[in-house]
This record gives sequence, structure tokens and C-alpha cells, in this order.
Amino acid sequence: MIPISRGMRPFSRMLRLTAPNRADAIAFVLLAGLAMLVVRGAEGMAEPLSRLRVEAVTLDPAMLPYYALRTTLRMFAALFASLAFTLVVATLAARSKRAGQIIVPALDILQSVPILGFLTFTVTFFMGLFPGRILGVELAAVFAIFTSQAWNMAFSFYQSLRSVPSDLDEVSRGFGLSPVRRFLRLDLPFATPALVWNMMMSMSGGWFFVVASEAITVGNTTVTLPGIGSWLALAIAREDFVAIGWAVGAMAVVIVLYDQLVFRPVVAWADRFRFEQTASTERPRSWAFDLFRRTRLLPLLLVPFTAAGRLLLTLDRGRPAGLAAKADRGPGTLGNALWSLAVAAALAWAAWTIVGYVSRHLTPGDAVTAFGLAGLTMLRVIVLIALASLVWVPIGVWIGLRPKWAERLQPIAQFLAAFPANVLFPFAVIAIVHWKLSPGIWLSPLMILGTQWYILFNVIAGASAIPTDLREAAGMFGVKGWQWWRQVALPGVFPYYVTGALTASGGSWNASIVAEAVSWGNARLEAAGLGSYIAKATAAGDYPRVALGIAVMSIFVIAFNRLLWRPLYAFAERRLRLA
Amino acid sequence: MATHAATRTLLELSGVRHHYGKGQGQMLVLDNVDLTLRENEIVGLLGRSGSGKSTLLRSIAGLLRPDEGDIRFIADAAGQRPSVSMVFQTFALFPWLTVLQNVELGLEAQRVPVEERRTRALAAIDLIGLDGFENAYPKELSGGMRQRVGLARAIVVDPALLLMDEPFSALDVLTAETLRTDLLDLWCEGRMPIKSILIVTHNIEEAVLMCDRILVFSSNPGRVAAEITVELPQPRDRLDPAFRALVDDIYARMTARAPSNPVNEGLFPGTGIAMVLPVVSTNALAGLIEEVDGAPFDGRASMADLADQLQLEVDELFPIAETLQLMRFAELKGADIALTPAARQFAQHTVDERKALFAQALLAHVPLAQHIRRILDERPSHVAPARRFRDELEDHMSPDYASATLTAVTHWGRYAEIFAYHEDADQFSLDDPA
Repeated sequence: MIPISRGMRPFSRMLRLTAPNRADAIAFVLLAGLAMLVVRGAEGMAEPLSRLRVEAVTLDPAMLPYYALRTTLRMFAALFASLAFTLVVATLAARSKRAGQIIVPALDILQSVPILGFLTFTVTFFMGLFPGRILGVELAAVFAIFTSQAWNMAFSFYQSLRSVPSDLDEVSRGFGLSPVRRFLRLDLPFATPALVWNMMMSMSGGWFFVVASEAITVGNTTVTLPGIGSWLALAIAREDFVAIGWAVGAMAVVIVLYDQLVFRPVVAWADRFRFEQTASTERPRSWAFDLFRRTRLLPLLLVPFTAAGRLLLTLDRGRPAGLAAKADRGPGTLGNALWSLAVAAALAWAAWTIVGYVSRHLTPGDAVTAFGLAGLTMLRVIVLIALASLVWVPIGVWIGLRPKWAERLQPIAQFLAAFPANVLFPFAVIAIVHWKLSPGIWLSPLMILGTQWYILFNVIAGASAIPTDLREAAGMFGVKGWQWWRQVALPGVFPYYVTGALTASGGSWNASIVAEAVSWGNARLEAAGLGSYIAKATAAGDYPRVALGIAVMSIFVIAFNRLLWRPLYAFAERRLRLA
Repeated sequence: MATHAATRTLLELSGVRHHYGKGQGQMLVLDNVDLTLRENEIVGLLGRSGSGKSTLLRSIAGLLRPDEGDIRFIADAAGQRPSVSMVFQTFALFPWLTVLQNVELGLEAQRVPVEERRTRALAAIDLIGLDGFENAYPKELSGGMRQRVGLARAIVVDPALLLMDEPFSALDVLTAETLRTDLLDLWCEGRMPIKSILIVTHNIEEAVLMCDRILVFSSNPGRVAAEITVELPQPRDRLDPAFRALVDDIYARMTARAPSNPVNEGLFPGTGIAMVLPVVSTNALAGLIEEVDGAPFDGRASMADLADQLQLEVDELFPIAETLQLMRFAELKGADIALTPAARQFAQHTVDERKALFAQALLAHVPLAQHIRRILDERPSHVAPARRFRDELEDHMSPDYASATLTAVTHWGRYAEIFAYHEDADQFSLDDPA
């Protein structure tokens, strides 16, 4: 059979190329270890729920690597699910005008919805799907992480598909590339760099949620999955300070490892897909990637992907598109009418359901309460972003203007952004309890603990991008002090700052759900706000109020984005973008 | 390679019309174009931007379907329909594919077996002079080498008709010349499987150098204004007097007013405030005046000489010259541009005197500038939102043209100090920042 023999050829070619050498051995051990870990981690997943209760999480440091592995595997499972979702949904949105009209705004909104609020629903749903089996809970956790990762990836992929250079599009159409070939040759490579970047951002965000989603209480059911999150929850309940230290250390090790072994190589590899006509001077470097490449293991690592691509190509046996088919055709009016009708019907049904549900369970008073609390949380977010900006903008500019420092500190800022800040919450709680501080004020900084780094590393990037000639000109004319900040530094970093602050503010809203209500042993601290409202409703299994809380928070986040950040962003793009 | 009667016809276009945009501001880009392409000829489509020549090329390539008209490929004796393939101005190479993979792309789309694909691609690479670069990525290549890849990719699929969209205009002068010569050599020696070449250009010398037949397009809307057969034998010599005469002749045809245009309305489409204006900097206007005023031209120059001297392409030179004509600073006579007495004064003036003279000309001859100034004078506040004028323009032209026209008038008005414009407020005013 032709397809099989075609599929085999690259294999043999690679075997011939990979003659063993010393670097091979190192890489082989690394990979074999990784494979073992995957197998071990996966074994525990399909056991019955009863085992879960018997084999409870313990605070034995010897178990910590295993827990870290389980947590990491959940992360990657969710990442692959997000990737599959992205490839299918974003492609559909870009290809079909009608689907795009619904999918694109949906993604935009989902990006702003507080994911932690979902946990209640998803855990119940997945446990119902696999009653009495760990798999259901595992899937719920994976799904929670998925919801924190998928949307921005899909959005970025969609945007890339829509901005494919018109000349390459014309070449593809001129040669009559079939849809599959066009996707593999043009769309996918073009979108890869942005997609990889967004996957990294998604991973960073995901750690926060994996910690929060492993040990959750919904009504009377408490579920703990083996993982760092459960370890942390147990350590908090037992007031075990040392165990928390262990968790922080394990988290740091895991993040460094996945960054060095997975993402840096991927970024270095994806650099070849960057759409530019001149070779850039600074290419992303990665020792792991260089190792894989030197050992000629790279093609082997990419086998699953190249094989999938090749399979798609061999399956794609349709005739080349004819010339007549290449010209655009307008959509039919009848189809459009039917589509609009279907959308309207679905909308009406959804509205009816929501109104019915809300009127049965909630009073207008609930809405007033939720909006009032949202106002409090908003106040916190605004004050904190302002404070963080006052601190990090000058520091970021200082660092960014010194390339040596920027080179060293930029990865650290990115590491801090990826580090799940909720792991550090207990320390703050101990301090607040010890000095008897007001939780309403002193719990607030926790919201921005993990997200402030986005401001820092974006400002660093912005300051490094200020052209040398502008700085030299400013120096020559003796521009100093406030004038220098007003006319050189601040306008220069502003577009970057807006990007960072937007991410930070969205993340802070989300973090409020875990930051406004925290505990240490029996001590419970609570700050009045929408976050603690949602957290309390979740713990009580009060679904209508959880839904209300999420809805109100989504409205606030979206309004924040539309009314504040987007106009600022547009202004920055129009007036302050350098070159 | 003059056409002879016995050659076969490859392609017939009749009555092709095409619009861009919808509803208000719809723009007719191609109007009733007829074209016949025969075997063994290089045909040039020569025109300025907005003359629809690229649209026509894309219609033939099947990349867009014109609103009206017929594009008919004539099958050969074996019933084989002539195939087409295209070379792009921007090269349009896939940066993540190597030279070889880029060249193989079209064959891959046709499901040509791997072995044959490789052989044919290597042969094309060899023919175009790219051997040694098979495994290079496009970003490692110079512009000239990249365009060679574009050419190899186009001819490897054995097209009967090669379409070229300003293939040399993104290259520097020397590289473009080398590529042109190489292409002509391959063509004349019959080493490419191509039956005919259709090349879009706005470089008059390039058209005369390469083509057997040149179709001169008028702009807005694009029509075939003239068809010129070039009988000069290949290889052609730019310094040959017959060559120069032909170049001058084409310049003259391109500056000729359509008989329907009123005298001195210039060559811009539309009348009154609805005139579509090109964005031309006042520095370029002043520069051209000074160039023609000084030695060796002394007030009158042939457009071909000017283009040579200033290294400007038709697309750059003509809008400047025509703007000068619109403001009565110059007159286009035949293939020449002659300065008016006002322009010769302008050349001798100081900055402030120049501005005054420019303001006079602007208010007298550019209706839109007049219009904005009058509105500002009439209003007690002396302020008017730019949106108002943009909407007014969009009643007559596409939003893109409206925006370009308003940008041009804003720039001229600011220089002449007849009104001010504030970007943040998006409004015109009479206040003087000083």
C-alpha cells in the first residue's frame, strides 16, 4: 500500500542519521527518564474513588516528587487539550464566516471570565460522568486548567489565520493547494510563533489554577487529588510551616525544569517560522534545543507531529482545486437567513433559561449585594495596579536601559510570573494573624502578588526597545529629571506597560477568588469583596450565587477592558509606537 | 521576437470590468478591457497605480473574478488548456521552507510523485542559476536571489503563460538589470517551457526593454489607452536613439489628457472637491521645481530624462508633476514638463515668499482646499471637524481615496498656513499655534 510505504520512508532516513555519540547518551537518559515518569504518573489515574480516600495525601517529602509529577502531567494534559481545541475551533472560526461571528466574541469573553468560579460546576459534572472513579475528578481538574489556557491560545491562532500575508495566500490559491495542504504549509507555520508564545503564557497562568483545583470542597464533598495543590491544602490545615516550604521548593524546581526542557527548546525551534524577510540578529537560544539538534534527535522528537502531518497529507487525495473554484463565491442569502434564524432561536432559548433560573433562586437584593462587593474588589484592583505601577515602572525602566541587567533579570521576572502565588499565601496569613492586621486591607496585596510581574517584564522589554538614538538625543540636549520621564521613558514604555497592566488587572480579578478568603489551620481571614463572595458560595454549594458572582465579575472585567485598557491601547498604538 | 500571424492565441479577454468596494464610494478599477495574448510574445501592461493592471493580472491568474467580462483560455490541438503561474513583486516566498521546498510547492499541490518533483525542481533551480542554494532559507538570501526562487517556483510547473507582477520593482537598480537580462536570455534562447509572458510594470524603460507589445493603461478607471508594438530587435540598447524615441513617445501618451477632461483640471479623476488627490510632499514639489528650474534643464525637461536623473519611477514622478500642473506651476507638454513663470519665481523665493505663493496657488486651483478654508471662514468659531469633509469626500470616492485626498490637502494646507489641523481633536481650525 502506498500510504504506508510513504509514511515509512522518513523513519529509515532518520535512523541512518542518528549515529550514536556522547551527547546522544545524555539526551537518551533524559528522555527515558521523562518517559518513565509519564508512565508512572498515568498508572494512578484509572483507580476507583475508594482508593483515593484510603491513599490520602501525606506530608512525606519522599512523596513530593510524585505529587509534583502528577500536577505537571495534569498541566500538560490540559495544554494538549487546549491545543486540540485551538486547532479545531480557531480554524473553524477563521474559515467559516458564520461560525466566526459567534466563536470570536465568545473567546474574547471567556478570556475575561474568572475561571476559579467554574470549579464548582465542572467537578460536579465530571464526577457525575464517571461516578466513583478518580478519572472523573482528574478530568475536572484538567478541565479547570484547560479553561485557564485555551481561550487566549485559540484567540491568537485565529488572529494569525486572519492575518496571513496576502501574497502567500495568493501563491497558495494560485497553485490550487488543497485545504489540508494549505493548513500545513501556510496557516500552521505562520501561526506557530504566536501560538507558542501564548502556550507559554497559558502554562504560567495554569500553575495558579492547578494548585487551586486539586483540593476543592463543593458542598459536602471534599476531593483531594495527589498533587502539590493537595499537599499545600493539607499543610495549611495542619499549620505545617516546613511542608509549605517544601511545596514552594518543589514548585520552583518544576517550573525551572519545564521551562528549560520544554518551552525554551520549543521557542528556539519555533523561531524558524517567524515571518520576516531578514535574518534577525538575536535568536532565542536554548541549551536543550542545541543538544537535541546536535544529537540529531530533533526529528525523532518531532516524529508525532511530522507523522500526523504526513498522515493528513496522504489522506488528502482529492483532486487539486480547479481554477474556476479559486475565485471567491458569495454566501447564499437563504443560508444566511436560516443561520440568523438559528442563532436568534438559540439566543431566545438561552435568555429564557437564564431568566427562569434567576427568578426562581435570586432576588434583586442579591444582585445589589454582588455589585456592591464588586465595587470593593474593583477599588482594590485599581489601587493595587496603581501601586504596583509606581514601584515597578521606574525599576523596570532602570533595568531595561541596562542590557546586562535586563538579560539577567528578564527570565527571573518571567519565572516569578509563572510561579503560582497562592503557594505563598500562607506566609501572608501568618503575618496578618501574628500582628493582628486588618484583613480587609492586608489581604489585598495577595491579589497582585502573582500578577505584578507582568508589569515588570513588559516594562523591561519596553525600556530595552527605546532606540539608542532617542536616548542619545535626550542626553545631548540635557533632558533630565521629570522631563526625561515625561518625554522619553514613559512614552517609550507606555505601549508595553498597557499590555502588562491589562494582563495584571485581569489576573488580579481572578486571583481575588482565592486571595480574599484564606485560612491557616483554624484561622480564617476574609476581606469583603466579590472574590470572597464567590469563594463562600462555592464552599456552601450555593450554585445560583456562584453563577451570579461569576457573571458580575465577568461584566466588571469586560467593562474594565473595553472602557479603560482598549482605549489606552489604541492610543498607544496610534501615537506612541516607535517605528 | 515580433509576432507573426501564424502564432496561436493563448488567451482572450473581452469586456472585463471590475469594481472595488460596495455601495457609496464604489470604485471602478477596470473598465471594458480587451486583450489577446498569443504565443511567443512578451506583453507589458504599463500604467500607474490605480490603473487596475494588477487587478487584471489577478483576474487572469484566477485569484479574483471580475464583475463583468469574459476571460477565455484557448485550448491547444490536444485539448490542453493553457496553464498560468505567477511571479510576485514581494517574492511571496514561504520563510519556513527552503529554496527547494519553495520551488516544489506547486508540484506538491499537483500531487507530482516525490522523485519526479525533486528532479524537476532541481532542474528549474539549475536553470535559474540558484544551484548551491537549494537548502538555504529565503531569509538568508539577497533580494535578487529571492526573486530567482520566485521565478523558479513559477516556471517549474510548466505554465504556458507566465504572469509577472512588477517582478523587479522591489530590487535595486543593478540587481533588477541582471535579473531582467538573465530572464530575456532564457526567453530568447527558448530554454524555458513558457509560451508567453505577461508582465505588469510601471517602469517605462523596462517595458520597452523587454516587451514585444506594450499596453498603456490610463488610470481611474483602468482602460487600455494605447497599444504599442516594439519592433526593436533583442537585445535592445537603452542608448539607441530609436529606443529613446519610443520611451519619450510613451511618456507623452501617459501624460496626454483624455479628450473629455477639461483643460487644466489636471489628470486626477473627479472634479471640484471630489477630485482624488495624491499624497505628495511639499518638499518633493519644491524639489522638482528646483530641479527643472536649474541647469541643465532651465525650465523645461523631458520626463524620461528627469526620471533618469532623479532615479524616480513613473509612479513617483507623475503624481508630483501632475500636482504641479494642477497648481499651475508646470505644464505637461508631450513628453516634456515646462515650468510656468510662477514656478520659476518660486524657485528663487525665500521660505516665506514660497509659502505665500503656494497658498495663493492652493486656494486658486485646489477646490477642496478652497472649500475647507471657506467653511472655516464662515463659522464663527473658525473650527470644523475633519469628519465632516471625510464624509463629504466618501460620497464621491472610496474611503481609502478619501483619506489619502484629505491627508494630501491637510499637508499642503499646513505648509501654506491657510489652516491648521489637530490630530487629537481631528478638526481643522484657523488658529495659528504661534
